[in-house]
Amino acid sequence: MTTTITIADLNKWLEDVLELKGVKIEGDFEIELVDTGAGVDSGVAQAVGYEAIQIAARLTDLAGALGYDVGSIGSAFAPLASPVSPVSSAIPQELIPATFEVGTVSEWKHGIEEVVLGATSSDGGTRKKTVTLGGENALPFYFDSPMPNPNHVSIDVFDMPIGMARAVRTNYEDVLEDPAEWAKKVVSKFGADMVTIHLISTDPSIADTPAREAAKVVEDVLQAVDVPIIIGGSGNPDKDPEVLEKAAEAAEGERCLIASANLNMDYQRIAAAAKKYGHAILSWTQLEINAQKELNRKLMKQCGIERKDIVMDPTTAALGYGLDYAYSNIERIRIAGLIGDAELNFPMSSGTTNAWGARESWMAASPIKDDSDWGPREYRGPIWEITTGLALALAGVDLFMMMHPTSVQVLKAVTDMLRGAGAGEGGGEGEGSTNGGGAAKIPDWVGMAIE
Amino acid sequence: MKINSPLQAYEHLPKTNCGDCGEPTCMAFASHLIDRSRNVGDCPPLTGVEFKDNYDTLTDLLAPEIREVTIGTGDHAITIGGDDVLYRHKLTFFNKTAFAYEVCDTMDEDELVSQVNKIQNFSKFYIGDFLTLDAVAVRCLSGDADQFANAVRTVMETTDLPLILCSLDATVLDAALEVASSRRPLIYAATTDNWREVAGLVLTYHVPVVLSAPGDLDTLKSLALTFASIGIRDLVLDPGTSPTEGLRDSFENFLKIRRAGIEGQTDIAYPLMAVPMTAWAELDGVSAAYWESVLVSIFTIRYGDIMIMHSTEPYSLLPELHIRDTVYTDPRKPVMVDSGVFEIGSPSRNSPVFITTNFALTYYTVESDISSNDIDCHLCVVDTDGIGVEAAVAGGQLTAGKIKEAFDSAGFDVREKTDHGTVILPGLAARLQGDVEDATGLDVMIGPPDSGRIPQWLESKWEK
Repeated sequence: MTTTITIADLNKWLEDVLELKGVKIEGDFEIELVDTGAGVDSGVAQAVGYEAIQIAARLTDLAGALGYDVGSIGSAFAPLASPVSPVSSAIPQELIPATFEVGTVSEWKHGIEEVVLGATSSDGGTRKKTVTLGGENALPFYFDSPMPNPNHVSIDVFDMPIGMARAVRTNYEDVLEDPAEWAKKVVSKFGADMVTIHLISTDPSIADTPAREAAKVVEDVLQAVDVPIIIGGSGNPDKDPEVLEKAAEAAEGERCLIASANLNMDYQRIAAAAKKYGHAILSWTQLEINAQKELNRKLMKQCGIERKDIVMDPTTAALGYGLDYAYSNIERIRIAGLIGDAELNFPMSSGTTNAWGARESWMAASPIKDDSDWGPREYRGPIWEITTGLALALAGVDLFMMMHPTSVQVLKAVTDMLRGAGAGEGGGEGEGSTNGGGAAKIPDWVGMAIE
Repeated sequence: MKINSPLQAYEHLPKTNCGDCGEPTCMAFASHLIDRSRNVGDCPPLTGVEFKDNYDTLTDLLAPEIREVTIGTGDHAITIGGDDVLYRHKLTFFNKTAFAYEVCDTMDEDELVSQVNKIQNFSKFYIGDFLTLDAVAVRCLSGDADQFANAVRTVMETTDLPLILCSLDATVLDAALEVASSRRPLIYAATTDNWREVAGLVLTYHVPVVLSAPGDLDTLKSLALTFASIGIRDLVLDPGTSPTEGLRDSFENFLKIRRAGIEGQTDIAYPLMAVPMTAWAELDGVSAAYWESVLVSIFTIRYGDIMIMHSTEPYSLLPELHIRDTVYTDPRKPVMVDSGVFEIGSPSRNSPVFITTNFALTYYTVESDISSNDIDCHLCVVDTDGIGVEAAVAGGQLTAGKIKEAFDSAGFDVREKTDHGTVILPGLAARLQGDVEDATGLDVMIGPPDSGRIPQWLESKWEK
């Protein structure tokens, strides 16, 4: 027997059935929705939905009447007795239970090399502190694997007064003439983990300071502070090899980071000096992942630099001025290292100070006529440096060379927070942990009053 | 997307190479479907009755892993979600994170109107275009439905920007939706306490909705499943944004949900909401604003699709707009522009000749600084392998030889084409001055270190 009935009829019919206990149901029935040609509008859909849910409830009741256990199903439906609107009757009474799960990334099997900077007396140096970079087995701050070492900040010191944004300069007016005092200040006042001494006066077009004299400045800085130091040249590709060689000699045994070797200069001479006097070397390339592989390969194969002595600087472009390239280049390098590229799995450093080259960080007002007001510049600069550094921290940078004390403070605070306190001591969550956390620390912002 | 090679898309195309789409072949069109630079609807034959099945199949196969949700109507409507990858270099991220800034219903009318105007009028010039804010979030602080609805009405009268209506009280949301539903606002939020009432509102008003389960991914998934079961799929998920102590947990939750979604867990493959304004619960003043921008950076990079902020100070908006542009710029766009010597405006024989690099960002910045200040000049673009001035000088990609070569290969003889025989180096390339003089025999001047200062520089230094 086949009978065609409307849903409303079916519903009515089932209502009757429920009242006739013990009735026997036979045969099939089919439901036909007549398309009136206007399509099924939402009102019709609502009405049909309403009928359908009633039918479901009645069928459930019927199943119950026939002795089937429907306790858990029944609760999903609105009680038939209450007057329900078509809309709310479509909404179940209870949430559908669910468990969220997601795995870890299986292809991140290869750790990033760990590089220690600074040598204490037990290692033949005079540093009181060392800094360990790298060692990750996942992207920064990811739950896949705890991050063994925190991010570190080295503050820039120059061997002569240089031009800098006003917001930066006000912090250093009293020490501009004295690199040793400058170094002391960044460590004791601004919380620098390391100091970078830039020997820029050695550039022939600036002051052409002889390499031997520049090396004296390095000695002074090593005397002034007990943290590990980074020794930077002037960026002149012809003069730097000699300058860095002399500086490396003067700092023998202190395990500094020599900054930097580049494909466009005599990197072999710099590498040889780093190796001879026991330093690590900064391998600097310009936004090009293949060049970075090439230089790292040459440093290892051609110059005999050990893996534990290489830190990379794949170049930092400022927010708004190429950070997108720098970000993706660094993220690609880090992921390549994690999945097993042995020419790229080294810790990374960023010249975050480059952020101060962005006009938004220092210019009094926009040079473009139709621009909205840029507001006071003293607040724009530090957040420019923070944002540039933070983006690269998320991409994979371990070490930041910075200048503004507020930027240093905020970057350290946020990266420590993201890393999680004690993550390095095995306090990180286990693999594949799920279901979220931290609910108690989420403020109720919807009704929050702000002064 | 369920497919990843042009061949798989090609299977469902007409294969007639008719060229109506503007591509030479169906295969070429297929490759653009895969890189998402073209849509199925761009193939005219496919939109016909004959190919309806193919159209539907292909649309389904090409649908992004993360569902797209549209908020607002008309020209200001914003679409969020739509991503297919976890890292931008793998393809690109689609539909930039929508930035909403908040107002509340306890502001007096003048204050409300002025803040909304601030939000809708802010624009930051950037390489030939303006970066702007997207939406207004209206929060209910009064707890009063009428007061909230009135505030929403005032906001609607002031701006066409899309709205987010924020209250956890369904009665309050109902009152506001009566006023605003035609504008397709996003409503915040359905929770474990109010979800039945809010679902009722969504069914009645047909608006997108945020599901909120702070720090509880099981419940968030449960809410999403339940809403989907009654046909509500324009969902945004809020796993909670903890500003400081719980930040690591919040960050982790964003990573987990997005990873699950991209890996094919469709039950939770919806756009994500972050709320950086939670910074204001724990901090105040510049510290809170800075921290808010920090949260914006973190969640723009790691998978926030829409977010709500408080501070509209320029020092907040500038970095926020720029980090979003950084993350959402298509990494497939070329790094370099053509090298050569170009006319900006209508240069005469007395006009200056500036030198810059072929790094696209450098070029566009210099070009817009010059042209927006109505300066006529020649601009020599040197091939530095797409590296900016300072780095190219340091790395040897910008040298006197390269500069000479740029003029020579463009056939531009400075002494012949100008009366002054002078070129102007960027301030950051000052150290090349002597070399360039030797290599070209021209007079070499040092311009400002930032091209934004070219107008002032010309006024004080250029007397030719």
